[in-house]
Amino acid sequence: MKPVLSTRGLSKFFGAFQANKDISLDFLPGARHALIGPNGAGKTTFINLLTGVLPPTSGRVMLGAEDITDVPQHRRVKKGITRTFQINTLFPGLTVLESVVLAIAEREGRAGICHQTVAAQRHAVDEAQALLGRLRLADQAASLTRSLAYGKQRLVEIALALATRPTILLLDEPAAGIPAAESAELFGVIAALPHEVTVVFIEHDMNLVFRFADRISVLVGGAILVEGTPAEIASDPRVKEVYLGEAQHD
Amino acid sequence: MSIVGVLFDGIAYGSLMFLIAIGLSITLGLMNFVNLAHGAFAMLGGYVSVILLQRAGIPFLAALPAAFFIAAVAGVVLERALYQRLYRASHLDQVLFSIGLVYISIAVATYFFGPSQQPVRLPAFLQGQVEIGGRGFGIYRLFLIATVAVLTIGLQLFIDRTRFGAAIRASVDNATAAAGLGINVNLVFALTFALGSGLAGLGGALGIDVLGLDPNFPLKYMVYFLLVVAVGGAGTIKGPLYAALILGVFDVAGKYYVPQVGGFVIYLLMVVLLLLFPAGLYGRRT
Amino acid sequence: MAGARDTAIVTKHTESRAPAGVADGRWHALEIVFWLVPIAAYFVLPDYRILGSQILIAGLFVLSLDLILGYAGIVSLGHAAFFGVGAYTAGLLAVHGWGEPITGLAAAAIVAAAVGYLVSLLVIRGSDLTRLMVTLGVGLMFWELANRAASITGGVDGLAGVTMWNLLGLWRFDIAGRTAYVYCFVVLFLMFLLARRLVHSPLGLSLRGIREGGKRMPAIGAPVGLRLRTIFTIAAAFAGVAGALLAQTTQFVGIDTLGFPRSGEVLVMLVLGGAGRLYGGLIGAALYLIAHDYLAGLSPVYWQLGLGVLLVIVVLFARGGILGGAATFFARRTGR
Repeated sequence: MKPVLSTRGLSKFFGAFQANKDISLDFLPGARHALIGPNGAGKTTFINLLTGVLPPTSGRVMLGAEDITDVPQHRRVKKGITRTFQINTLFPGLTVLESVVLAIAEREGRAGICHQTVAAQRHAVDEAQALLGRLRLADQAASLTRSLAYGKQRLVEIALALATRPTILLLDEPAAGIPAAESAELFGVIAALPHEVTVVFIEHDMNLVFRFADRISVLVGGAILVEGTPAEIASDPRVKEVYLGEAQHD
Repeated sequence: MSIVGVLFDGIAYGSLMFLIAIGLSITLGLMNFVNLAHGAFAMLGGYVSVILLQRAGIPFLAALPAAFFIAAVAGVVLERALYQRLYRASHLDQVLFSIGLVYISIAVATYFFGPSQQPVRLPAFLQGQVEIGGRGFGIYRLFLIATVAVLTIGLQLFIDRTRFGAAIRASVDNATAAAGLGINVNLVFALTFALGSGLAGLGGALGIDVLGLDPNFPLKYMVYFLLVVAVGGAGTIKGPLYAALILGVFDVAGKYYVPQVGGFVIYLLMVVLLLLFPAGLYGRRT
Repeated sequence: MAGARDTAIVTKHTESRAPAGVADGRWHALEIVFWLVPIAAYFVLPDYRILGSQILIAGLFVLSLDLILGYAGIVSLGHAAFFGVGAYTAGLLAVHGWGEPITGLAAAAIVAAAVGYLVSLLVIRGSDLTRLMVTLGVGLMFWELANRAASITGGVDGLAGVTMWNLLGLWRFDIAGRTAYVYCFVVLFLMFLLARRLVHSPLGLSLRGIREGGKRMPAIGAPVGLRLRTIFTIAAAFAGVAGALLAQTTQFVGIDTLGFPRSGEVLVMLVLGGAGRLYGGLIGAALYLIAHDYLAGLSPVYWQLGLGVLLVIVVLFARGGILGGAATFFARRTGR
């Protein structure tokens, strides 16, 4: 199977510090691909390189056969690559509904319209309300984002990403900061995504990783240590030594 | 005037600009505070020296440290009372606040000193010219350049070699981490602000002959100080130094060789430099 | 039940239910009251028509700044450049023989928009401080330009002899300022309608998104640079129209239409009234000019002192300006 997203020798230096070392990864279509590793291993930097937030020092990012290394972030979103942020990066002064409608309008290329009201964009509003309904955020639709509880804001973070109808969804610690019961629900939403959507997620909770991933890459010190199926990773002695051994202490 | 003459005048002018603006560079780099009122401290120093010279008969060279000291005290007082409340505020709020301070300072200066230029009589030993290599160089401008050079070296040594200088450098780099190391960041901010304001006051007093002094001083020269810091890079000494010298030379050269274009050259130069170096020539913090 | 179904049918026919949480552009009763005030003032305060025109013009100028500052979040210290460009365009047209007012406005809008577009290319790069400096520098550049090109612009003496033809061929611009007032009011109101629709549109939402979450916007596929260039150009056009109104109604263009004092003043007016609310700017302009008219005549020093103190107080204690403070007050009252 041809990879839907891949990197070749991707490296990133911040001054003298190398955050990503020569990473070559393939993401297969429809995969549920987890990216794990200790803190500071360079996982978020890798996501930033994949999405175009940061330019790589060297290496290429390929979308299928297309080289997108020089494509700016917002155009990558149009090509189907969307990410969520580890720390909620929302629109504090917009209502939840406005935020999602905005994302949908941008997707449709209709956010530049200046002669009709937002409310007149019925299909965008309807789609936004449906999406919020699926995420159990319907009651918060008219509330300002900044007034929501953290867990609810985390759901808005996902909603914004889903509104762009991605083919490749990159989730940076989606369950970070929310209690275990709610994170299972959140991952339920992610698991319910259509199989055509490729999901790459960074996660520290090993229960969630082993439950939802069909492929795992382990990043240590900016480089890929090992990659394989959950069974292979669980039994790999190097991974146990570097990472899983520490993680057992939660 | 020859090219050497233009260069000399430009360097003198730029040195003065640097002396006044360096405080702004450090406070902007340290507290990330856009302070449009920085020129008001220079103006304060200027008027202090005027009072001491004209009404108290104190000699010129003694009035300079007094200008520094009083501007520094004003800086500390304002920083503790008002500025520190806005460190986390948006840049817009900081801009508006400092514009408010500018208007207050202009109004107060107009009330006490009237709207016209202050005359200054330099002491005799600083007047006139001296011959070097067949050319005449103004003694006062030589004095300016020498004074600023000495102060710059002293300042660089202070920042690089002393404990307090290290505390400043640490706080500029990362205030939270510095606080975590036990550095009293509030004290650093207050004293640094005092130092910057004091240097501005000194510059204002030194510069009456070159820049003039009237209540509109903060507005008239505001853009130059900001320019020096923005183009040079906030939080550094070298950056604003080079920026100030370049600015001084280009400004004098512009006024001399292409007077019909005037200040336009400087503003154009600033816009071009900022577009090429959005973080300033040496900057890291914007 | 029959009753509920009847109500539903009636509702469906009268208006579509606007969803809560997004802008639907419906007019609030207070807005209508607001716009009746300048109309009433025309009849009730005939001695203040000239001041009134100044307020209307300043209101349009502040409105233009609100579009980029209150909605897109760009702090500009050089917005007067577009005001002055519009003023000089309209003024020069009239001085050189074309005194038709409305086409003069259109010309000013086009020229100001073009300049605004060029400036926007510079402004979207860099951080807050860089943007401040660039806008400041551009504003000062235009002042210098107007000063140097004194043979065209009149320099610091200004451009006199801006004589206008009759408005729509019918109404002469009279000394008492009657035509001017109505002219300014109609232009302001029409342009306000445009701005209001823009602000409630998807573009307006997108701009607020840029202001509220600059980092998230590219992550949802928004072309931030394009949006900022768009609003900057539109805002410049608005400012240009305001400048043109000033030139046409005072028959003079002073070099002070450019320059930092004018840029600073419009910023102060907007912040006093409350940015990001459209009406805040208008209220701020009115209060500022009324206070200025009353106090500055008494003592310019006290006016400047009072303005400075007011600015400091507003920033420290009343950040949202008058409308912001009112909104907080009412929100607390209704317990939201």
